[in-house]
Amino acid sequence: MSTAAHAEDHGDHPPVANRSSRVDSRLLGIYFFIASEVMLFGSFFTAYFFARVVVHKGPWPPHPFHLPVYLALLNTIILVTSSFTMHWGLQSIKRNNRAGLIAGLALTFGLGLTFLLIQAREYTRLGFSPHDLAFGSTFYGLTGLHGAHVFIGLNLLLYALIRSVRGHYGPAPHDHLGVEVPGIYWHFVDVMWIVVYTTVYVL
Amino acid sequence: MKNPIRTEAEAFGFVIVVGILFGAVALAGALGGRWVALGVFLALGLGIGVGIYMGSDPKEAEPAVWNRSRAEPGGPRKVLVIANETVAGRALRGEIVQRTAGIEADVLVVCPALNSRIRHWTSDEDQARELAQERIQRSLAALAEVGVAARGQVGDDDPMQAIEDALRTFGADEIIISTHPPGRSNWLEKEVIERARERFDLPIAHVVVDLEHERATASPSSAER
Repeated sequence: MSTAAHAEDHGDHPPVANRSSRVDSRLLGIYFFIASEVMLFGSFFTAYFFARVVVHKGPWPPHPFHLPVYLALLNTIILVTSSFTMHWGLQSIKRNNRAGLIAGLALTFGLGLTFLLIQAREYTRLGFSPHDLAFGSTFYGLTGLHGAHVFIGLNLLLYALIRSVRGHYGPAPHDHLGVEVPGIYWHFVDVMWIVVYTTVYVL
Repeated sequence: MKNPIRTEAEAFGFVIVVGILFGAVALAGALGGRWVALGVFLALGLGIGVGIYMGSDPKEAEPAVWNRSRAEPGGPRKVLVIANETVAGRALRGEIVQRTAGIEADVLVVCPALNSRIRHWTSDEDQARELAQERIQRSLAALAEVGVAARGQVGDDDPMQAIEDALRTFGADEIIISTHPPGRSNWLEKEVIERARERFDLPIAHVVVDLEHERATASPSSAER
């Protein structure tokens, strides 16, 4: 038997992280990030419902403001569709179909950009601004916060799209994590819009 | 209960569920007003939540962690040693020597980084890990003196978690847990040995190290070391 004995030396760097979880650290990172985002949206929703239910008396939106419900419905359909294309793209690369991945990401990016452009156009024609009562502040706060998240998602999608065109990603689970993580984020953005649309525009 | 959204596919499924839920809420709001919408939201939301909870248990039990990285047949006997302040004790050393005598053995010594509650919750672990590392060094040096090749690593401050973490990468054939004598051992008070035997389907030996007795009976030459 050898007489050599050694401890695992950490040298000049910090000790190796103690991993108890079987979830990939990058996936865990996006979950923590999304959890923090849920809390951020929660604070905006709290402000919105406080202004609408506690402070405001009378009809909502307050007279004479109107919200473009059907235009927002079109935007909702566009964004929900983008979740389908995102899912399709990821399923494609899992089957080693690179063209499907590129098409899925490009379509998702296009739909997301369309959503953002429609929302920007909506802002210019609403007839009220963030300065108009708590209604205007909370409306622009919630929809603007969501729009910012769409913008971040578009950047992630563009990054993944460029990488996929350059031949990155593959069918093995660890080879397409760079699409999986933006995909999870994109679905989160989609879910938040469904909640925003229902509570702000419909109810 | 496992996390119901672990992949993009599951997140996509969640989008569909949320779409249906809020579609129903919007419909209820249009037909019956806001209070009806709120009722539908609470009822459906609760139902979906319970459904996810009930359906999210793994259908098949995953193989136990100690079976996933089990040592290969014919390879060296892999011995996992969990010890803390007693890690350099003579009794523990003797047990390891006895169990590895005459066979090819791979010994991993794991020393949980014992920490106070407040330091644990504030992630202030550096000092605890350094102390554990020092204890490992002393233990490995003592083992090397008696001809036992061993490796060491610092583990979680919870001994059960430290064992499980170690088993993920070290397919042990047996585990040795070293503690202070009854009455002085925090681990024994927490029934670590019994819990380990229930949880891990591996031979588990318990070694009691009485450091006070060892110091009292140590020869002057060894005490100087």
